[in-house]
Amino acid sequence: MTDSQPAIRLTGLTKEFGAVTAVDHVDLEIAAGEFFSMLGPSGSGKTTVLRLIAGFEQPTAGTIELFGEDVTRRAPFDRDVNTVFQDYALFPHMSVLENVAYGLRVRGIGRRERTQRARAALASVRLEQMGDRKPSQLSGGQRQRVALARATVVQPKVLLLDEPLGALDLKLREQMQVELKQIQRDLGITFIFVTHDQEEALTLSDRIAVFNDGRIQQLGTPADLYEQPGSRFVAGFVGTSNLFDDARSQALLGRGGEHSVRPEKLAVSAEREVGDGVASAPGTVVEVIYLGSGIRIVVDLDAGLRVTALAQNDRRRLRAGDRGDRVFVSWHEADVVALAPAPPAVAGEEADAAASVA
Amino acid sequence: MSQALVESRPRRTAMRAGSAFLTTHPRTRLALLLAAPLFWLVVVYIVALALLLVTAFWSVDSFTGVITTEFTLDNIIEVVTGSLYQTVTLRTLGVALAVTLIDVVLALPIAFYMAKVASPRMQRVLVILVLTPLWASYLVKAYAWRSVLSQDGILEWLLAPFGGHTPGYGLPATIITLSYLWLPYVILPIYAGLERVPDSLLEASGDLGGKTWPTLRLVVFPLILPAIIAGTIFSFALSLGDYITVNIVGGTNQMLGNLVYTNVGAANNLPLASAIALIPIVIIFGYLFLVRRTGALDNL
Repeated sequence: MTDSQPAIRLTGLTKEFGAVTAVDHVDLEIAAGEFFSMLGPSGSGKTTVLRLIAGFEQPTAGTIELFGEDVTRRAPFDRDVNTVFQDYALFPHMSVLENVAYGLRVRGIGRRERTQRARAALASVRLEQMGDRKPSQLSGGQRQRVALARATVVQPKVLLLDEPLGALDLKLREQMQVELKQIQRDLGITFIFVTHDQEEALTLSDRIAVFNDGRIQQLGTPADLYEQPGSRFVAGFVGTSNLFDDARSQALLGRGGEHSVRPEKLAVSAEREVGDGVASAPGTVVEVIYLGSGIRIVVDLDAGLRVTALAQNDRRRLRAGDRGDRVFVSWHEADVVALAPAPPAVAGEEADAAASVA
Repeated sequence: MSQALVESRPRRTAMRAGSAFLTTHPRTRLALLLAAPLFWLVVVYIVALALLLVTAFWSVDSFTGVITTEFTLDNIIEVVTGSLYQTVTLRTLGVALAVTLIDVVLALPIAFYMAKVASPRMQRVLVILVLTPLWASYLVKAYAWRSVLSQDGILEWLLAPFGGHTPGYGLPATIITLSYLWLPYVILPIYAGLERVPDSLLEASGDLGGKTWPTLRLVVFPLILPAIIAGTIFSFALSLGDYITVNIVGGTNQMLGNLVYTNVGAANNLPLASAIALIPIVIIFGYLFLVRRTGALDNL
């Protein structure tokens, strides 16, 4: 019966802090068992939505349903959702085992059973040896796993994760991403993951909601968002994009409106490329950046647009050219994505965001 | 160009030479920094305390009133075995414990509100309000309570319609007044301790199913226990040594401080006064020894 219900349904969810509207009429359904990410820059409202679902904040308007049940006015301790906090929020005066057993303890479960279940939860995150330590004696990655064990030991229906990997260094973060995905598959519960890291969201999620200014800009699978960004903001925030404004689209593509092309869809060559559905434009190389796995080439097109192309660093690669070389930049018509016109009020801000994402 | 370089160099002055010397001689630097406060501590503090200790083992010639600097345990024995001193010690201890208990019970909710509920602006206002009474003279505040507690005072006027009465002057009045006087000293450390508890810990407890009471008992209380103990050291120690409040609102009751006072003044028996003064010192040391393990002393 509950399988047909979405795990979370938000209807017209709105949260105002004084004059600031942090969350603005958000409607969202998250399916049971889904790994769902809320992606956006800081201040976009994604964390507030998470805190509203957890019950730490009360919405100004709208409802929150958990498996069809309205939990909007319930206290956090009456909701079957648990949170992994950004700062982990481990109790510093308790041992690791006591931390993990805390949720069972306040539910009145006996000492023997809760110790047993806490040990099992610690084993599931490979920390069975660390039960007697204090949180301060653990590394960042270990604390992260304790927080995960503490939140999952009480078997929530939905697990909320608030930028849980933000404090870890790159290597550990990549390792924890794999572990998170495994844990989610093992437990089979819904994960709602908040992050500002688009790569992390693309790697982990079944679906992603991109937030900006308290609203969902676009909702879709990682491939949807990356291949078919619906707006300038999404094109700029999820991955990097070459944006063609109305005038440049007219000149280069022969049609009006805004368009976007991903850097890896652009090819740079000394000769003009020809083929079915292939278009190209001449330009001058301004920068060649060696990235290891790839090479980034910045070209000033004669049409008056600076574009970035990403070439694979493989054996087929021809010499991409040096600064000042005359080249042709070519692309497939199918890789050009038409963007919905941006709302005028926030257009300048979005352009900034798009420009700052490298 | 080299001319310009030379001119841009700072000139060598006596001040600069002195600074340069101190930079390379850290021990001299430290000695200069600490000389004055160390002198003060040793002479005024430690010598005075040591004199007190030594004087307790001297005696007074009851005939001439002159102090004899001969070692004797008479004063100590009298203070430990004399029924007057035992009674007054127990009374003083009882008052100090009652004051401490009342202050902690009052300070906990106030500090919690200040640290966790109030807006940042309200928080600043409340800190100032808590500190305000400390700007007024101790005597003024004690006499204000004398007026509040008197038979025709405001408390009687407030309680009379409900059949209540002011406690009048006596030990309850002393406890009420001392609780009032030392309350800021108890609120502030507890407030500081609560400030250091991240809000996310309270949220995590609620998130994991902990209702208000379990959250307070299992998370908040253990984390602020050192801060509470730090506060109690203030109220307890200050109450043990007090003799003015009990004089003003305590009726005929005496506390240890009064005995010291009368022995120094009226009885002119400084050695006995010193021996009595050692009682609160011993009690405080005992208390500090007990709480040392809780880490409370790190919070002072």
